[in-house]
Amino acid sequence: MAMRETTLIPPRVAPGFPTVGVRYFLHRYARNRLALVGLWVVGLVVLSAAFAPYVAPADPTKTDFQRLLEPPSREHLLGTDDLGRDILSRVIFGARTSVLAGIVSVGLAIAVGMPLGLASGYFRGWLDNFVMRLTDALLSFPFLVLALAIAAVLGTGLTKAMIAIGIVFTPGFIRLARAQVLSERERAYVEAARAMGAADGRIMWRHILPNSLSPVLVQASLAMAVAITFEATLSFLGLGTQPPTPSWGSMLNIAQAYLGKAPWLALWPGLAIFVTVLSLNLVGDGLREVLDPRLR
Amino acid sequence: MTRYIVHRLLLTIPVLFLVTVIVFALINLIPGDPALVMAGTEAGKEAVEALRQQMGLDRPLAVRYGLWLGRLVRGDLGRSVRDRRPVLDVLLLKLPVTVQLAVLALAVAWAIAIPAGVLAAWRRHSAIDYAATTVALAGISIPNFWLGIMLIYLFAVNLRWLPPSGYVEPWLDPAGNIKRMILPATVLGTALAALVMRLLRSSLLEVMGTEYIRTAHAKGLAERFVLLRHALKNAMIPVVTVMGLQLGGLLGGAVITETIFAVPGVGRLAVESILTRDYPMVQGVVLFSAVAIVFVNFTVDVIYSLLDPRIRLVEEQS
Repeated sequence: MAMRETTLIPPRVAPGFPTVGVRYFLHRYARNRLALVGLWVVGLVVLSAAFAPYVAPADPTKTDFQRLLEPPSREHLLGTDDLGRDILSRVIFGARTSVLAGIVSVGLAIAVGMPLGLASGYFRGWLDNFVMRLTDALLSFPFLVLALAIAAVLGTGLTKAMIAIGIVFTPGFIRLARAQVLSERERAYVEAARAMGAADGRIMWRHILPNSLSPVLVQASLAMAVAITFEATLSFLGLGTQPPTPSWGSMLNIAQAYLGKAPWLALWPGLAIFVTVLSLNLVGDGLREVLDPRLR
Repeated sequence: MTRYIVHRLLLTIPVLFLVTVIVFALINLIPGDPALVMAGTEAGKEAVEALRQQMGLDRPLAVRYGLWLGRLVRGDLGRSVRDRRPVLDVLLLKLPVTVQLAVLALAVAWAIAIPAGVLAAWRRHSAIDYAATTVALAGISIPNFWLGIMLIYLFAVNLRWLPPSGYVEPWLDPAGNIKRMILPATVLGTALAALVMRLLRSSLLEVMGTEYIRTAHAKGLAERFVLLRHALKNAMIPVVTVMGLQLGGLLGGAVITETIFAVPGVGRLAVESILTRDYPMVQGVVLFSAVAIVFVNFTVDVIYSLLDPRIRLVEEQS
């Protein structure tokens, strides 16, 4: 990473503001305009996913064969698709699929990867050796190809797609947790805990883990951006979310066939993915800037 | 040096071994009966039984893995369930197409990323810098299948400058080949360009802060000369390394771009065989891509240690 001037000059903080803790963190994060915009957009996407039935103007699966492939109009703000369904409603309900895919698959990767990485870095020895070679091997596969292959073996559907994506992200979190343990385990507070007779599990869980959360937070937000893209890709190829459930990826799959007749079909779901992923990346970059001590 | 290469080569053996285990497990741990899944729901009882015998499913898992690995080492990746062609032959047939696409995508990526990265680092914190870094973040965030669809709409459907999809072999019709490859190469190169640009910018900024650059300035060399002749050379080292590591991203991206643009390469083969449940073919493509990545990583490490002796020394001491 590039050296920044801020490495030598203490960050400008309004007088009275603490230099550690949540409020300091929020204050620093809010100084990054783009990261703040990203956070707002992500919040908006999550809210519209949560309250989709109240926000969407129509039922996303209700077909209307009198009004197929209509351009945007007063009744259908973004037009209708090949079955006469309201595209705006489908984009709003599609957010549910994407948000769910992002949270569940990354959550799965963290739930499996963190304990493995913690134990591997803490105990070292044969366990560490084995886990590291395993992550080496898993990281040798192109992420998307591996996710596709696992999804193909597990079968179609959103749940299986999320499991496939979760597996692909797991080695990244194993590596991250292990690196954290290696840098923390010789610290004085760990030694103090050990001297006081704390068990290994307690040291890992109560002492090392909480001190390692900030890089996990950064990686999780960036991984969610990729997870949402992957879910859309799998659904685009027909391996993820199945019809009639709205998903941005499968909407684009249909749109491809009507590119000449009804190009707006391809515009909105793609734009929705793009904006969501971009916002998550902005949030991730913003978090990294605040949480990574090397960038201060 | 030889010691380092041998040491590094030995490290790839357990990784390659685990790669084969994962690929084997992927197909053989399918919930349910693999023979039934592979034969498909329409297949008769005899067909399933024949496939089960042929796959040796009546034997223990470890024995099957051993037999499979033995055939693998001799270059036998099995046969396609769809058309009985040997998997390796099909792979080798499709490979040149994907290689051409990847090389063109790399060319697109470098052509965009190097000037943009140098400009952004040179005029740091200027409008150019902010524009370049913002566009780069957008390039990383844009889903490549959507970018592909939008480019097809713009250049093929709307402007009619380029054919929407398809492929012709370069030695039959060079112009037609390039015409059909421009859009897929651009789509595949976009994310890479964004990544390389960001990396080159930060790498250049780091190099610009070093002593020898200050010396070059002190000698009175022109800014442009210092930047392009002195700084860029060293700043490229991490960039080249990351380019090697991006092979996985390129292969993954090729899956999408080849599917959208109907380019008959390894990526499209992967999707087709997944959708038709041609598991020996899926196994072959996945295995091939992982082995390719392991060897590229090995090569990158060796080249890197040649460029920067410090790495090799640290490894040898430990």
